Amino acid sequence: MRDVIVIGKGPAGITAAVYMKRAGLDVMVVGKGYGALEKSEKIENYYGFENPISGTELIEKGINQAKNLGIEVLADEVIGISQNDGFAVKATTETYKSKALLLATGKTRTTVNIKGFEKLKGKGISFCAVCDGFFYRDKKLAVIGNGEYAAEELSELLRHTKDITLFTNGLPLKTRNIPSNITIVYEPVSEILGEDSVTGIISDGKQYDIDGIFVAIGTASAIDFAIKMGVILDGTDIKVDNNYMTNIEGLYAAGDAIGGFLQISKAVSDGAHASKSIIKNLKHNESKELIKEE
Amino acid sequence: MALKITKNNFEQEVIQSDVPVLLDFWAPWCGPCRMVGPIVDELSTELEGKAKVGKINVDEEQELAASFKVMSIPTLAVIKDGKIMSIEVGARGKEDLKQMLGV
Repeated sequence: MRDVIVIGKGPAGITAAVYMKRAGLDVMVVGKGYGALEKSEKIENYYGFENPISGTELIEKGINQAKNLGIEVLADEVIGISQNDGFAVKATTETYKSKALLLATGKTRTTVNIKGFEKLKGKGISFCAVCDGFFYRDKKLAVIGNGEYAAEELSELLRHTKDITLFTNGLPLKTRNIPSNITIVYEPVSEILGEDSVTGIISDGKQYDIDGIFVAIGTASAIDFAIKMGVILDGTDIKVDNNYMTNIEGLYAAGDAIGGFLQISKAVSDGAHASKSIIKNLKHNESKELIKEE
Repeated sequence: MALKITKNNFEQEVIQSDVPVLLDFWAPWCGPCRMVGPIVDELSTELEGKAKVGKINVDEEQELAASFKVMSIPTLAVIKDGKIMSIEVGARGKEDLKQMLGV
């Protein structure tokens, strides 16, 4: 079991990893994509760069900085997290375990602009298959998504019902892990039907009778993981205390995921502060264990 | 500790309660519910006399869950004078729950 896994390889995650590695912790960083910075062509307000730098270049420099210090930076997508004697982080290739976990995936939760979506959230529209699949035994379900995360949610739902349709909502399918008997609708979803609860989906002018919808678009964000773990949120921000810890012992968050000023300088600061708390917490627990052993 | 609410004591403990009631719809297999559990237990002690806190196991009380149209857990609901005042889906902190209860 590792000491810490950091999910997200942006400024908050890498900064935290660097501090933790230098403090002697066994740390691994895992993440896919470059998040919000990928879209920044020119960064001119970050300390120490006399010429503008692109977001991609800055992120790559950060990753190389971490690798040069001997930190394992894994380019893989995290599709699930669970807690049971530490944390288990399920990536597409393997599951990794750690004592502490830092969520630093940014704020990439895809907004869904579908008619009826806001109205029916929590009334048949769910973000957590493992929490809510139970309510849909042998019912007709839809998963909206197009990647590994959608495949993971779909496989969880198959325990409850066989009648599942995958709606990619106009996006290309980016997973090979959808069972062949699952119907896939590639056209955009134009409307979700229902008054008190979901009754159907309209896509490309065609109506599908649906009892429940599970949303798993693109890659899972910190908020998606937070919902599944019972982390308390403030709107779409993860709530943390002064030590950057969530309401779950050992689970930390930093960077854009916790909201506030969405800037690189703030993410770097968050990462540094979170790492300080994690280092303190893990070393404290370690010394407690040593005392026990003696 | 929060009260265990079943369809047998629902009328007496919830509908006829003199104080607002917070209901936590949960299940043993639901990860996020396990985080909410201790929070509502603490609240039940803290708010004694001002509010009541109950837990409904959706596995055992499917009728009650269906009557509240619960399709996602954790779901937290506040009932005052026999009427549903608010229903929130997802984990909530103590302060949010107090606000829902109006205490």
